[in-house]
Amino acid sequence: MSETSWTQGGYEMVVGLEVHVELATETKLFSASPNRFGDEPNTNIDPVTLGLPGALPVLNRRAVELAMRIGLALNCTVQPCTFARKNYFYPDMPTSYQISQYEDPINIDGWLDLPDGSRVGIERAHIEQDAGKSTHVGGGEGRVHGAEHSLIDLNRAGVPLVEIVSRPDIRSPEQARAYVNELRAILLAIGASDAKMEEGSMRVDANVSVRRPGTELGTRCEIKNVNSVRSVGRAIEYEAKRQILMLDAGESIRQQTRHWDEGEGRTHTLRDKEDADDYRYFLEPDLVPLVPSAEWIEEIRAGLPMLPAARRTRLAEQTGLATDSEAIGSIVDRGQDDYAFAVQAAGGDLGRAVVHLKEAFAEMGAEPILRAEDLARLTTLEVEGKLTATQAKTVLAELIAQGGGDAASIAADKGFEAMDTSELEAMVDEAIAAQPDAWEKFRAGERKAIGSLVGHIMKASRGQADGKLVTEILNARK
Amino acid sequence: MARFSTASEIASGVRSGSLKASDVLERHLAEIDAREPEIHAFNLVMATSARERAAAVDAMVANGVDPGPLAGVPVALKDNMCTSGVPTTCSSKILDGWKPPYDGTVVSLLRQAGAVVVGKTNLDEFAMGSSTENSAFGPTRNPLDTDLVPGGSSGGSAAAVAAGFSALSFGSDTGGSIRQPAALCGVVGVKPTYGRVSRYGLIAFASSLDQIGPFTHTVADAALAMQVVCGHDPHDSTSIPDPLPDYSELLDRGVEGLKVGRITDLPEGADADVAERVEQAFEVLAANGATIVDVEVPAFTYGLTAYYIIAPAEASSNLARYDGVRYGLRVDAPDTNAMYSATRAAGFGDEVKRRILLGTYALSAGYYDAYYGKALRIRRLMAQDFANAYQQADVLLTPSSPSVAFPFGSKTADPFAMYLCDTYTIPSNLTGEPGISVPFGTGLDGLPVGVQVLAPALGEPLMLQVAAELERAAVTLEKRGAS
Repeated sequence: MSETSWTQGGYEMVVGLEVHVELATETKLFSASPNRFGDEPNTNIDPVTLGLPGALPVLNRRAVELAMRIGLALNCTVQPCTFARKNYFYPDMPTSYQISQYEDPINIDGWLDLPDGSRVGIERAHIEQDAGKSTHVGGGEGRVHGAEHSLIDLNRAGVPLVEIVSRPDIRSPEQARAYVNELRAILLAIGASDAKMEEGSMRVDANVSVRRPGTELGTRCEIKNVNSVRSVGRAIEYEAKRQILMLDAGESIRQQTRHWDEGEGRTHTLRDKEDADDYRYFLEPDLVPLVPSAEWIEEIRAGLPMLPAARRTRLAEQTGLATDSEAIGSIVDRGQDDYAFAVQAAGGDLGRAVVHLKEAFAEMGAEPILRAEDLARLTTLEVEGKLTATQAKTVLAELIAQGGGDAASIAADKGFEAMDTSELEAMVDEAIAAQPDAWEKFRAGERKAIGSLVGHIMKASRGQADGKLVTEILNARK
Repeated sequence: MARFSTASEIASGVRSGSLKASDVLERHLAEIDAREPEIHAFNLVMATSARERAAAVDAMVANGVDPGPLAGVPVALKDNMCTSGVPTTCSSKILDGWKPPYDGTVVSLLRQAGAVVVGKTNLDEFAMGSSTENSAFGPTRNPLDTDLVPGGSSGGSAAAVAAGFSALSFGSDTGGSIRQPAALCGVVGVKPTYGRVSRYGLIAFASSLDQIGPFTHTVADAALAMQVVCGHDPHDSTSIPDPLPDYSELLDRGVEGLKVGRITDLPEGADADVAERVEQAFEVLAANGATIVDVEVPAFTYGLTAYYIIAPAEASSNLARYDGVRYGLRVDAPDTNAMYSATRAAGFGDEVKRRILLGTYALSAGYYDAYYGKALRIRRLMAQDFANAYQQADVLLTPSSPSVAFPFGSKTADPFAMYLCDTYTIPSNLTGEPGISVPFGTGLDGLPVGVQVLAPALGEPLMLQVAAELERAAVTLEKRGAS
């Protein structure tokens, strides 16, 4: 289980997340209108999107494939499924019902493993259509109450969504953030969604309750309007604390839907459970059951790329670093692990490549501007002792600035020559002589004392000495 | 009936050049001019576009191009089928001013086949009713006796053919809305197998039950019309992909060797004059070589009950889109919810409101299992019972309607009495199986009686084969009666 735990006053938080993601299809879930963000309002519309009388939905095969990808990437069972109508009135829902999956969703019973080793269960990941977008104008601070009028854009209406519902397995804000980050990385890796929280193509609702560990689940509140990974953590922490304060004051928690206010850093009541709509779900009579064949499921499974967790494991095993180390995490997040292996394949050193990628390639994507061969040559110079780590950094900066080149000739131009060991040994002698106090402290086990010795040598060598090697020599003398 | 040309006669005449589509159209428009004011079959007569269309058909023939199997046939469409740029009202105030931006699939197919659309016909609002008295634009009158209803909900389409306003018309049948008015107006009416005709562009009443079908003077015309409008449509997910049979192939084959089922536990309630004709139909088929077999369909009795849960439930959802936001009627109010209420209160008639309430209730949390869930179970039982019956019989014979045409106002005060009109037609909507009403002699006051032939799914060729035999026998009966 997770190392990160959160408790307060003897309570733990119990959190489940519902994540809506827009699928990266060309067209909408049930019609041929483009699924595209940012177009002129009400241009990506047709009789189905508008809910015109007589129009009928036809399921988008690509959307089903992407939904299956999500399910399989989350270790779900893909099963025969049905569509249902969720009935409610709202001006941006043209038919006054949302076509969703209710009793038989396409994906059930999966899990998501997080980098820290914890596992979050996935209850279901089902297909549904998005609503349009309402903009409330004049007063009311963008909310419908107090607005003078409302504008409706139906470009988003009918865009395919998958709603991924986790089990209530999350116990801390860190774990919630890690879950969202990992889910996002998977969605990007499998090409199912661009998963941009800021554009709303990935939206998170949190179900939060608190309890004394080992006791039954408490009453939950659903938190909406959580628009960034950071606010996921903030919102559930606020909400858990609010519930604990109420319980400690002897009050009971009412089941509510609450709105996260990012500016105020708090949640507000949207509605109580008693006021919730009765959605009157029933099977969508305009669609037939969807029964993915075993062959189709296997075809989708076979087409899945290696997922982030496996990529982290692969890179970690080859480098000896921990799977949840920052270097492994950030390189895999950026999709640069294939590049790292390309450097290795070109005869370079994987470990040195990872060090460079983590720092110098932070602003680059999966295809860095530098040819893998160029970086390979640099790492080779390093492991051969021809360049110190510090020198290598300088050469790399130059390589990146030039968009490539030969590391050896850049090093030569800069006048870099790695010192051989005898030269370093002499410098170490000199440093010990110059700083006897530091040397004694270091020998006595005060690790910090090494700093001023190394500093002395680096200064004397004008930064040319290899810090790592210097440390090794000092340790050996001790 | 014989005084009007059949669709088959018109189409073959126009295709061969012996008839002009424009002349045919003018004859029908003349009938409309003469009798439409008293009948009110139409919400809209499209004389101008029909004349253009007929001229275009004639031009094609003149240029050696075949306009298609329905060349020059004047067609009337129930006003719940979307016609591009032409008002489509469902006989409801709530669609006031709305013009669809697209043609329904059936409308496109008819145009491609050379048909000439003469107008949009009246119906019970949103197809909810059995007399066409629930239209927001006033009732349609039965052309055979204008003091009587034409049946419903496709009363306008039935009347249009019966009055000679069009040689062919189309209605929709959710619980009997084609077969019952066909019976009351003395014409042929078919509800094909669910999924055989695309629903794209048919304004939904109850999506799992709705099916478009033709009204014609003859069974052969029905076969001709079905050949055009049946078939798979990628715009309708419930559309059946199976290839089309030749619907005319078996019409002359007779009934020798066929097994015709009599449902022994059929719900009672048919008037004596109707029951007598149905008996006669069995006798005629037996005399022509069919074997009459007794079958049981125990769930038949529960059809009406299940239907009045399922159909309103779907309707409550289908009709929720009429909210005043995007099209049709809007009654302004201070906030959105008040606008919804004001719009829907003003836009829907009593029967529509009654069914929305029924359906909303049946689907509500806490009631779903007791009502909607139970109705679905009846529906499954019904399918099983019919499947068993079709193990023993090729087709089944029942009355189409419990009575002949009835006077205006005689059932409006009692919704349940009106609902009973569909007792014999509803089960095939629940099972999705086809049914046809064919005129078979007359009953009380010389009014036509319709006999219903039911067949298993996709059994239309067999169903039409039996109906054609009854049609031939009816002509003989008529002659004998006249002599």
